[in-house]
Formats: sequence, C-alpha cells, structure tokens
Amino acid sequence: MNEIEEKKTISTETSSDDMKVLDDLTSSEYKWGFITDIESETAAKGLNEDVVRMISKKKNEPEWMTEWRLKAFRYWQKMEEPNWPNVHYPKINFQDISYYSAPKQKPKLNSLDEVDPELLKTFEKLGIPLGEQKLLAGVAVDAVFDSVSVATTFRESLKEKGIIFCSISEAVKEHPELIKKYLGSVVPYTDNFYASLNAAVFSDGSFVWIPKGVRCPMELSTYFRINSQDTGQFERTLIVAEEGAYVSYLEGCTAPIRDNNQLHAAVVELVTMDNAEMKYSTVQNWYPGDKEGKGGIYNFVTKRGACRGKNSKISWTQVETGSAITWKYPSCILQGDNSVGEFYSVAVTNNYQQADTGTKMIHLGKNTKSTVVSKGISAGFSNNSYRGLIKIGKNAEGSRNYTQCDSMLMSDKCGAHTFPYIEVENESSKVEHEATTSKIGEDQIFYLNQRGISTEDAVNMIVNGFCKEVFKELPMEFAVEAQKLLAISLEGSVG
Amino acid sequence: MLSIKNLHANVDGKEILKGINLEIKTGEVHAIMGPNGSGKSTLANVLTGNKSYEVTNGTVLFEGKDLLDMDPETRAREGLFLAFQYPIEIPGISNATFLKTALNEIRKYNNLAELTPKEFLDRIKDKAKVLGLDDTLISRAVNVGFSGGEKKRNEIFQMLMLEPKFVLLDETDSGLDIDALRIVSNGVNIYRNPNNAFLVVTHYQRLLNYIQPDFVHVLSKGRIIKSGGKELALELEEKGYDWIKTKEFETEKV
Repeated sequence: MNEIEEKKTISTETSSDDMKVLDDLTSSEYKWGFITDIESETAAKGLNEDVVRMISKKKNEPEWMTEWRLKAFRYWQKMEEPNWPNVHYPKINFQDISYYSAPKQKPKLNSLDEVDPELLKTFEKLGIPLGEQKLLAGVAVDAVFDSVSVATTFRESLKEKGIIFCSISEAVKEHPELIKKYLGSVVPYTDNFYASLNAAVFSDGSFVWIPKGVRCPMELSTYFRINSQDTGQFERTLIVAEEGAYVSYLEGCTAPIRDNNQLHAAVVELVTMDNAEMKYSTVQNWYPGDKEGKGGIYNFVTKRGACRGKNSKISWTQVETGSAITWKYPSCILQGDNSVGEFYSVAVTNNYQQADTGTKMIHLGKNTKSTVVSKGISAGFSNNSYRGLIKIGKNAEGSRNYTQCDSMLMSDKCGAHTFPYIEVENESSKVEHEATTSKIGEDQIFYLNQRGISTEDAVNMIVNGFCKEVFKELPMEFAVEAQKLLAISLEGSVG
Repeated sequence: MLSIKNLHANVDGKEILKGINLEIKTGEVHAIMGPNGSGKSTLANVLTGNKSYEVTNGTVLFEGKDLLDMDPETRAREGLFLAFQYPIEIPGISNATFLKTALNEIRKYNNLAELTPKEFLDRIKDKAKVLGLDDTLISRAVNVGFSGGEKKRNEIFQMLMLEPKFVLLDETDSGLDIDALRIVSNGVNIYRNPNNAFLVVTHYQRLLNYIQPDFVHVLSKGRIIKSGGKELALELEEKGYDWIKTKEFETEKV
C-alpha cells in the first residue's frame, strides 16, 4: 500500500485594513543579527581531497578518521543533489564555499574566564545558558562557535557518573572505540547527498555517551551559531544511551544576518539500547532572510535515531522558526520490540521562507509504537510542507502509528502542503492519520480584541494554543523561549 | 454614558442601520427588541468595533470620548463589554490564562497594578460561585467543548471578572433553558449597579422578566421605531412585532 496525497490551500480574501496592519508591523528585524569581531582562521573556498585532508589534519585526527572522511568525499562526488523537496532555490556552487572556519585563538580552556571576552559577549547576546547563574540552572553547555567547540561546562560532574559529554573532535581522539562503533551507524556516509558531504567535511559537534543504567542528572545543551561569512557549517552530533540509560538533549541555533545564503548541513545520530530513553529537543532560529527573501540559511539536515534495544524510546521535539529553507526529517528506526518513536514539531514560515519537514517512522520490531504531531504555520508569502513516511515492516506485528498534522494559514499568499506516505506490510498493525488546515480566525481575533487584548497578542495567543501539544513536550526553559520566538517570527503577520 | 446619534452602518455594502439615536445614562438598563434582521446584532458589533461592519455616518460618544475612533481593544479597555451571541472557541488556551491576560491589559490601560496570582485566583473563585461554575471550566480551553449554556455562562463570568462599565448582551438568552436563564440573569442583576449601564439585545420578552429594563426600544429595518418603559416589552409579547410594523406604516401614511 502506498498512499500519496497532496493538499494545497490558498485561502480567502483579506480586508485592506488587515493588509495595513501587516505592512505596519512586518518591519521587525532579525534580533540576533550581530557579527562578532573575532579573528578566525578560514580555509580558502572550494572542496577537494586536499581540503578534506587539511580539515582532518587541523583537528589532529587519527588516520582511520581521515580515511573515513575521504571515503565519504569520494562517494559524495558521484552523487547528485536531491531535487524532490517542495522548495526552490538557485543551484548551490559547492566550490564557492569555505569548509573550515575556526576562531584563531584556540587554546585549551579550563574555565570560562579563559574564553575570549568577545566570544562570551556573543553568547550573552544569544542568551546562552553559559554564565555562572545559568550553571545554577543545571544546564551543561557545549557551545559550537562556527566550527570549533569552545567551552564545555559541567563536564566534571557528569564524569563522576561515567557520562561522556564532549566535542566530537575530542571524542575521536579520546574515545575512538565508541566513535568507531557508533559513528555512521545510523546515518552512514552513503546515506544521502548532504549526509555524505557532512561526513567528508564535518567540523565539530557534540558527543554524548550515557553508560548502562545511568540517568543523566541534567539537560544537556548545545548552542550552534554560524558567524563567518560563506562558511558552511557541518556539525555532527552523536548521542548514545546504553541499556536502561536516560538523557534529554537540547539544541539551539542562531545565525547573524548575512546577505549570501549559508549552507548548514548537519547530521545527528541517536542510538538507544534496551530500555533506554532519549529526548532530543531543538529550537531553530537561523537567519530566515530579509522581507524580500534575500539571504538566509539553507538548513539541510539529516537527523535520525535508532531504537536498537527492546522497550527503548526516542522522542524528537522541534520548533523551527528560522532558515530561508528548511529540509529535514528527524526520524526513528524502531528496531527493538516494543520500542517507541515520537515526533512533535512546530514549523513556522514567514515572508519568503520555505520549509519541507516531517519525519519517518520505520517500524521493524514487534509491537512498536509511534506518534507524530506536526503543526505548520505559514505567513506572508511562505510555503510550509509536511512530508512524512510511516513504514510498518512485515515482521512488525501489532505495531501502531498515530499521526496528527495541522496547518494554520496567516495570510492569503502563503501555502500549506501535506505529503503523507504510508506503507504497511502486515495485517495486525494500525495506522491513523488526521489532518486539518485552517485560516487564523478573524472572529477569534475580534473576540480577544473585545476583551482588551491587542491584535498582536491575540495572534500569539491563538498560535500558542494551536502549538500547545508540541510545546508541552519541551523542557520548561525551552518552552518559554519557543513561545517568544514564535511571537517574534510572526510579528505583524496577520493578513 | 453612551450617546448614539444618527448612526448608519453597512454590512457588505448593504445599509443595515439607518440612523439610530439612543441615549443611555449611567445606572440605566435599556433593552433593544426587534424581529430578525432588524439590525440588533449589527448595532452590538458596530459599537464594539467589529471590522466587518462599516460605519457610514453618525457619532457615538462613550463617556464623552469618540468611540468610533477607537480600535476594538481600546473600547474594551475603556470599559465596553460584549457578551457574544455565539462565543468563540480558542483551542489550547485556558480560560484562566485568557482572563488573566485580558484583565491585566485592561488594568494596565487604566493605570492599575496587575493582580497578584492570589488576588486573581480569589476573584475567579468568587465569581465562579455566583454562576455555579465548577473549577474545571476555568482550566479548560476557552469555550472548547462547552455546551451552549456553558458558553453563555462563561460570557457572564467574563463580565464579572473584567468589571466593565458598559455591557452589551447580544441574545444572551438564546439557547438557554429556564434554569440557565435564571443563573445568567442573576449574574447580571448582581453586577447591575448605579455606576454601570446595560444594553440588552433580545428577540424575546422572556429575558426581560429576569432582567428588568428601565427602557425598551423597538428596532425595525435599522431604525428605532418605538421607545417606552418595560411595559412595552409585554405589549410586544402579546401583540407581536406586526402590530408595531402596522402602526409604523400608518404613521408613515399620515
């Protein structure tokens, strides 16, 4: 069985009054658009085997890692850029991108005091929980600034529990046995065009390993930021929860305003063994481009989790408000019997943003369960697509999926699309799919106005209500940030 | 408190209000009655600033200020409240969050301090008791899954929470059984005092047995064609709207 269904909705007329409100208020600029004045070391543009070797050498990687990168690069050269997503952009010249950028001053740091003050200021502007007061909040941060991990906090106390939380470059050197075992085991370097490119040139990222039976005592967090112009950012994240372990991981992203589009092609791999549980939460607000659709990040990301063990669980929660183009499908391979996969997503597009996002739930083990809740909000001239695959294999007897896919339109020039693919290969499984599309109600706005609430606040309230099922899955601190981001992204977007 | 002069308004280019004149003083309760399509709901929507309604002529002063010049939220913050005929659902937002936001916006506008969580909670409990609302209604999403009666009660609950100066009740009795009607009317009567005023829009006289008006006006084809005391409502109930329409016809002939 293979069902493909497309739903396109371009909705009703708008009064001129509302258009005026729209014009008045869409003038809000990207809040995180500052550029840090810091000396950095950037490779010349272009990509060949020498550049791959250079990156590996800069990072003092062992021979086996260099070889892995080269294999990926050679494979990538033979691949074609995918063109099936419902997004449109000029062809990327991969030879016109610099593949490595690192802050020049690159010492080994033991405490925050040693970090370049300019850098700390940047983090402060970003509101990264890196300072002393934030430490008290119980958040351990691995901050990725362009490509090199500059500060890792809380590592000592995690170490006592046997937890490893470090940059992936460090892990390559210090924990080669774990890296060899797990790196590329969920997303192989042959997986897809951008994943192969990432495998060849990945700069840095986070590595987390939770030993058997350990419950990670705090939320782990990474903040990504693209700073240098025309550098692609290629992080690689690998998180492994051994038998009975638990971890919750937060990822946040921002990028300053740049005129040229910047490529961001990350890979995230998650592995859970028997009875292990993992939560991965993302709040993404990369620079979306300006009101005319100029500039912005291309966010082409491969995120996948493997529930290898029985009764294991992986839960993705994402709030996507940024990027000119988003192309990503955080997925779960439900291999272990009774394993559970979840995907909760809010994707907001405004102005000329494009998003093609969703998930894949691949049921292989018996009695596996998956839940998909996707909320798409389109405003301005943007296009927002949900694309999801639910695949239930022959041996995945008694498996279940529930998918709920809601779209909200904020203007009459935007689009919402749904592409659900369902493949079921046995008779004892059950798949449910629900979808709705609605325009933000003028009657709802008027009702709130009549109670003294401004139109801006009314829109935020209605949209937050619409996204509630997803927000409640986020850790408290992130949920508040997500609500604020939503408000900023949709400022003046009712029309 | 409210002074309406020669008010004309269009909906979709069609003139619905054709010159309304009405003076409502502080402490008074006025009822507007009239057959379907006479313009009752239009009047309520025009006064509260619904953008689907276009005012083409006339003035409305609220406590001496030009009401028509204000956006809907400013009118609300000035103390105008509409109990909707069809209350709107807001999924995912609890009644409590909604009311807290509304109340604080209104208080901020009037230079009053925000209520503390305790004060807010106490007020909720207080007012809920008046209307016999149970606590779960407060934490449920605004009007979502409410029965018709619960929605109307929720409107009156909001009125008690927000303490407006001027209240418009738009067909608040429609869809209510006799018990609910009694509770809702009781809420209104408790709130009614010499410092506020009401305009009760209704098709039937029934509601006016519970909320006794000082004045009754009959609206027909966008004009007030007859005004009187509360006995006028009873007369209408007995003789129907045709009686007035015929009289109007005769008046025009004369």
